[in-house]
Amino acid sequence: MDFMWIDILSYVKAFVVGGLFCVAGQILIDRTKLTTGRIMVLFLLIGIFLTAIGVYKPIVEFAGAGATVPIIGFGYALANGVIKEVGKEGLYGIMTGGLKATAGGIAAAICFGYIAALFSNPKSKG
Amino acid sequence: MKDVDMLKNHYQDMVKAHSPRNHVVRNSFRAFWVGGTFCAIGEWFNHFYLYHGLNTTQSTSATTISMILIASVLTALNLYDKIGNYAGAGSIVPITGFANSMVSAAMEYKKEGFIYGMGSKMFTISGPVIVFGTIGSIIVGIIYYIL
Amino acid sequence: MGHIGKQTIKFDKSPIITHTYSSVGPKEGKGPMKEHFHHIYEDELMGQKSWEKGEAQMIKHTITSLLTAADKKAKEIDYILGGDLQNQINATHLGVKDFNRPFFGLYAACSTMGEAMGLGAILVGTGLANCVIAGSTSHYATAERQFRFPLEYGGQRTMTQQWTVTGSGYVLIEPTGTGPKIESITTGKIVDFNIKDASNMGAAMAPAAVDTIIAHLRDTNQKPSDYDAIITGDLGHCGLSLALELAQHSEIDLTPNMHDCGAMMFDSETQGTHSGASGCGCSASLFSSYWYKELKAKNLKKILLVPTGALMSQSSAQQGENILGIAHAVSISSI
Repeated sequence: MDFMWIDILSYVKAFVVGGLFCVAGQILIDRTKLTTGRIMVLFLLIGIFLTAIGVYKPIVEFAGAGATVPIIGFGYALANGVIKEVGKEGLYGIMTGGLKATAGGIAAAICFGYIAALFSNPKSKG
Repeated sequence: MKDVDMLKNHYQDMVKAHSPRNHVVRNSFRAFWVGGTFCAIGEWFNHFYLYHGLNTTQSTSATTISMILIASVLTALNLYDKIGNYAGAGSIVPITGFANSMVSAAMEYKKEGFIYGMGSKMFTISGPVIVFGTIGSIIVGIIYYIL
Repeated sequence: MGHIGKQTIKFDKSPIITHTYSSVGPKEGKGPMKEHFHHIYEDELMGQKSWEKGEAQMIKHTITSLLTAADKKAKEIDYILGGDLQNQINATHLGVKDFNRPFFGLYAACSTMGEAMGLGAILVGTGLANCVIAGSTSHYATAERQFRFPLEYGGQRTMTQQWTVTGSGYVLIEPTGTGPKIESITTGKIVDFNIKDASNMGAAMAPAAVDTIIAHLRDTNQKPSDYDAIITGDLGHCGLSLALELAQHSEIDLTPNMHDCGAMMFDSETQGTHSGASGCGCSASLFSSYWYKELKAKNLKKILLVPTGALMSQSSAQQGENILGIAHAVSISSI
């Protein structure tokens, strides 16, 4: 399938940028007492903040999925969504923009999560 | 024990000296390549959806959904925790980690029932992400509205 | 019999540990101590529908087998003393329910084995009871979901973290018979050394272990060398080295004869258990198997068993409370 090979460079960029975000997370895990749940929230808030001040959009344009797949990208989607929606709908968009843009992901996580759990059980780690 | 207070003051330093350090270089390398691979797979999906006529916003969202599906399947096959133990942040930071935190909790608490077990406990780890994400986006919205 | 020193009870007529029984899960059954356990489960569910039911089943099996080994009927037991790590020690309640005997439920986190044996010795040593069963239990999966994360969660274990033992150990204490004797017990105090890191339990327990060991030696006027082995419960590799250094600061050298069940249970390298094992099943199952056999064979004349516990809950950890430590010592002699 030729779409796969449109741009080899884009894969390299996604791999490296996404990998570096993970390294940042790993250093936080190994060198601080932050738990993984807190790191997820921290990265999300960083994503929202960087998007709001306009820094993150160029990173997304550069790295594609390397910037949107990490949880920071979830923050980007939320902030980007609300900014667009406020521009279009005004006051009303404040409440709807963020979740509207991320509705697909949240719905998928809830739906796939529930279904997966119906069919599978945790396994002993012995 | 003698001089308990003196020992207590030194104890934090003693603990630090005796605790084995995490292998930050090795762990970072693992996090880098596993996390990078998740993103490269995401990039493939991105190309796939763009090729099939979705616009940029739609394809980003569809990529997220696809990554969540992959994570759900890997978790249900009892594999994601093994990836996680190897890759650390490499499997926490990508959106797949968010999905894994929901699926693993839903699986774990299935025994407590379909409503109070799976239905509510699936948000024990991932709930804060949705809460802070929503509030964060509203704050950004208010600021942009005023500006 | 009487109270000596500040924290110790010495028995004139020492209660005797006549039988023991240990059951462990599959991971423990692959570790370096595997040949010593009485029963190894192949599956952590123990043929039940949930981890919690499995843990209860393991307790029931352990007590039943202990009674069989001792050729006793359930109605001959005067008291059962025991506990586990689940909220409201529910596994033990379910596990002992069918024996229909008077029951004291105990909680001292991972030091429950010391508390149970100590109280059992008091009941028998004072002549108030003739046949007491004491023990404790823990289960990896029930502890993990209660204190940490779901089993399938993709988190990474830190180097100071310990692996909760799936295992149960129960002992039979009687006034007469053959077997090692409980000479004295030292009840531990709650020790707070300002540890907050829930992934470093060994550090929270080490001061308590040293405090109790020193109190015991002082109260009974003994030296460490009077014991062939001083055995802590589940300090793990990191906690054990901390305890040795703490003891050194108090001018007591425990290095020659100190052992730790948490450091013995697994092979950290091949089993990925980092700092070692933890859980109240750790000291319970290893005392009931390896250490008891060594005493019985007279390879060891006198040991001090010091199960250690880290006292915390999810709420206390989230509210920023320190993790408290406790340790109870039981002095056991085979002569």
